[in-house]
Amino acid sequence: MARKTNIRANRNSHQAVSIDSHAPISFTFDGRTYQGCRGDTLASALLANNVHLTGRSFKYHRPRGIMAAGAEEPNALVGIGVGGRIEPNIKATQIELYDGLVAVSQNRFPSLKLDMGEINSVFSRFFPAGFYYKTFMWPASFWMGYEHIIRRAAGLGKASDTHQDPDRYEKRHAHFDIVVVGGGLAGLNAALQAANSGQRVLLAEDQHQCGGWLRSCDDIAIDGMAGHEWADKTALHLAEMENVTLLPRTTCFGYGDHNFLTLAERVTDHLAEKPAHLPRMRLWKVRARQVILATGAIERPLVFAGNDLPGVMLASAAQTYLNQYGVLAGGRGILTTNNDAAWHSAFALHEAGCLITAIVDTRENPAPAVLKQAAALGIQTRLGAGIIAAHGRLHIARVEIAPLTKTGDALAGEAEHFDCDLVLMSGGMNPVVHLHSQSRGKLKWDERTYCFRPSTSHEATQSVGACNGSFEPSRGIKEANAAALKAVKANGGAAEALDLPDIIARKINYTPMPIWQIPSGLPAGQGGKAFVDFQNDVTASDIQLAVREGYHSVEHVKRYTTTGMATDQGKTSNINALGILARERNAEIPAVGTTTFRMPYTPTSIGMIAGRDIGGLFDPVRVTPMDKWHREAGAKFEHVGQWMRAWYYPQKGESMEEAVHREVRAARQTAGLLDASTLGKIDIKGPDAAEFLNRIYTNSWLKLGVGNCRYGLMCKDDGMVMDDGVTTRLADDHFHMTTTTGGAAGVLDWLEEWQQTEWPELKVYLTSVTEQWAVATLSGPAAQEILNAAGTDIPLNNEGFRFMSMREGHVSGLPARIYRISFTGELSYEINVPARYGMALWTTLMRAGKTFGITPYGTEAMHVLRGEKGFIIVGQETDGTVTPHDLGMSWIVSDKKPDFIGKRALARQAMQASDRKQLVGLKTKDPKQVIPEGAHATLDPDQPPPVDMLGHVTSSYFSPNLGHSVAMALLRAGHTRMGQTVYFPMLDGSPPIEATITDTRFYDPKGERLNG
Amino acid sequence: MLEIKCPYCGLRDEEEFGCGGEAHIARPLADNPISDKDFADYLFYRDNPKGLFLERWRHSAGCRRWFNVARDTVSHQILEVYPMGAKPSTKAGRAAYEASWRRQSPAEAAARNIPQKTRKTSTSKR
Repeated sequence: MARKTNIRANRNSHQAVSIDSHAPISFTFDGRTYQGCRGDTLASALLANNVHLTGRSFKYHRPRGIMAAGAEEPNALVGIGVGGRIEPNIKATQIELYDGLVAVSQNRFPSLKLDMGEINSVFSRFFPAGFYYKTFMWPASFWMGYEHIIRRAAGLGKASDTHQDPDRYEKRHAHFDIVVVGGGLAGLNAALQAANSGQRVLLAEDQHQCGGWLRSCDDIAIDGMAGHEWADKTALHLAEMENVTLLPRTTCFGYGDHNFLTLAERVTDHLAEKPAHLPRMRLWKVRARQVILATGAIERPLVFAGNDLPGVMLASAAQTYLNQYGVLAGGRGILTTNNDAAWHSAFALHEAGCLITAIVDTRENPAPAVLKQAAALGIQTRLGAGIIAAHGRLHIARVEIAPLTKTGDALAGEAEHFDCDLVLMSGGMNPVVHLHSQSRGKLKWDERTYCFRPSTSHEATQSVGACNGSFEPSRGIKEANAAALKAVKANGGAAEALDLPDIIARKINYTPMPIWQIPSGLPAGQGGKAFVDFQNDVTASDIQLAVREGYHSVEHVKRYTTTGMATDQGKTSNINALGILARERNAEIPAVGTTTFRMPYTPTSIGMIAGRDIGGLFDPVRVTPMDKWHREAGAKFEHVGQWMRAWYYPQKGESMEEAVHREVRAARQTAGLLDASTLGKIDIKGPDAAEFLNRIYTNSWLKLGVGNCRYGLMCKDDGMVMDDGVTTRLADDHFHMTTTTGGAAGVLDWLEEWQQTEWPELKVYLTSVTEQWAVATLSGPAAQEILNAAGTDIPLNNEGFRFMSMREGHVSGLPARIYRISFTGELSYEINVPARYGMALWTTLMRAGKTFGITPYGTEAMHVLRGEKGFIIVGQETDGTVTPHDLGMSWIVSDKKPDFIGKRALARQAMQASDRKQLVGLKTKDPKQVIPEGAHATLDPDQPPPVDMLGHVTSSYFSPNLGHSVAMALLRAGHTRMGQTVYFPMLDGSPPIEATITDTRFYDPKGERLNG
Repeated sequence: MLEIKCPYCGLRDEEEFGCGGEAHIARPLADNPISDKDFADYLFYRDNPKGLFLERWRHSAGCRRWFNVARDTVSHQILEVYPMGAKPSTKAGRAAYEASWRRQSPAEAAARNIPQKTRKTSTSKR
């Protein structure tokens, strides 16, 4: 075990090709310091330090070690980092080691070697497939408690909970002619051939170096070089080409519609010091014209009892640890396999110094070549046999090997016992078809190599090499070059076909024996656990149980047993699970079908997906030109859509209620000033502007005189109110529309939609001018005097400047449009100036109004003031189910116009129903009582449940001007209930609030105050 | 994510667009009387076919123009993009247009101001 520091001297043909053994670095695992080398993964460094036990399993808390060497690792999940950089559930096989790296094991208490949760394993008889579904069914009221306990017990790692992520993440959009995913033998060849055309090529490689399996094997020579040397040279060549982007440490994790690929580039994860100018990760959103997938293959485990013990490893992984990192995963090994390829891994380890005591093959007739080599190396073989059980506590110590029947489904003799500290297993190869499958390509079952491989593609994509089931190197590069030429041609380009590199590789028959579970000789469910899905702790007997219980569809079995549902998406488990399912159902694997792969291929950081769109950049914040004044005045703000609006202006020691009451009184007794700049404003121009408005609004607009304003209500075509506002005719062909603050963008969308799609013949231009105008609303009996004091060239007398009209001129020298409209019921001027003069206007008015007692008021006071008048707010009194008639605003619905949006719908029978909810006012019996908004009305407070509800309160305030509370409500047949008493039951158990149904106009019902 | 060819701006990512649902729904004029049931065909009923679908899209984060897209709801293949007011020009697109039950609906007749025969039952297939 442990790293052979003298590996070069020991074996001439071998070197640790991926590490720099002269660059030692230190790291900690569970608090203990270890040494590794630059280029190591955490997994290889741990193995080099003889650390095999890396975690506890999800359900049974079984000791687990490193099983694989790549993205397929199901066991060795660890937590990485400190402080805000803590990240849980990372595969140790994918962490590039850096100096000072801190890693911790997961899912264990109190320690990895002594874990309390291991008791689950003892009681495993009681944790069968579907355990949670079966056990925590009842009593239903306990579910909340169960869930809490289950989640605590079932979690793996822990995320950082006390710190913010200190890292920055970037996104990049890019277009490429050809994207090659995977920088192994096939991918490098495809990229080379594609790049030769001059087209723009992206090559994404998951590891920090290209080469893939070329780095792990020692028996492929290309153009006279060792495979990994050729890979390094080719990658360097590609990186220097101007039309090639080579991204190492980049995982293509998603493949969506229209050749849209998402790639995660890990920029600084491998660095001990994270440079401030670099993001931690970069999300590439790539649109490719052609895609070539060269994602390789993953070795399958074999399913036998105890196959999850630390020290049981994929044969190819052990070879990777040897050749890439110079690490021998054990000193006394046994290979169990069903194919020839794995024999070579065993030979490599044996030659490097790990004594392979036996090779156990389920087949009776492996290739003569491997038998010969085994004999030459003095390795004994057991043919037609399998490991039926593996034993050990925290590490593999002993296996039982027994002869099998020809079909491999029963034992054919007595078991022998072998001591060992390493078991290499190999059940054949699974092409990495995930991306092909994500892009909705179809899969077909390959009878030659017993795996699913790509058949037809849905997108413009081709799979080449091992991910296409072409495991032979010479076949892989032929495919790669052909695919690249085809892609170039499909893009309308041309490229000279490059000579294929000269490959010398061992001839290997990749056909395995189809055996999905090694029999244990014991009835199902007895004996040791034979794991199918290691990460989710799903055993072969769980699948058998699921089938016995009637789950036959692969989708049902998957969900019932959770096989393939862990974060590794069944990279090592799916085919074995399908094989066992097919066997239990007496069906063929293709008939059983396969489940769909979803993005992401490997777990991906949420931080990267969020990118920069966090904190203050999550959503824009819009402020008015007078924002600074409000802040300096100590205003409290509220969010209205993206806008920040002054809510109220508390003076020293004032509560919100006191401040709002003071503001509300001032607006009716002297004058109030409101920043109304956020109102939506749309400039409508064109010869058909009036006709357009006539169709949009429910009332008539054709005869509105120039300089006059009109209130309008818009409905959707279903007759429901969608927005309101005052629109002014600036010229025959020119209108200025205002909308609600929150509705501005939606109304512009709406107008554009109708103009473009329904009435393209109308000549109208629509322009948002919301941010071009600053608006100060001066309201109250002293408004006219203050405006005069500020200085204006517009005559303000009632005869010259009537209510609902607009005059253009100046205020204190600032160019202004003044609209005499009112949302308070008082004499009121909405003074609009170009946005850059907003602050000047505001300060001028405040100065001019000082002696008159001018008071700035916020949105809360605005609500109370309009509540006193019974003016609606769309979105508060309406909710998309309310018609103008329901609001008691039939006066605004024209019956003369041939059409307007919503007209036909308002004539529907259902709209005439007498029991529609209608807007009414409410006066509480106790004038001081304010009904909570949203409270439900009932006629009989003592009615036992279910209580008959009449409707709900939409707005409710205490009116300091009236001395009693005012409220509006939508009540069933409300307009016929004037004077009736209703009750509002309270959630807190206090007595129901009693109120009388009234008109909504509480204050100045005749509107006499409008003229000051 | 789809890639959609805005007729005015060219190929852009789906995230720049908004989908406006089924295209070619003629709006019956209010002064052309049809029954509530027939009006509901216009107001409430939308197709959701498996296969080619004619739908409206808008380049909301671009030129803000509306246009029509013939998209296969299974393969997401976009067969053609054509302007508002036009009809599909591909054979499959035209077939999808003609095959829609709306073409025979009273709501569409009312929109085109075609005089109505009194109908006993709705002919719409939905």
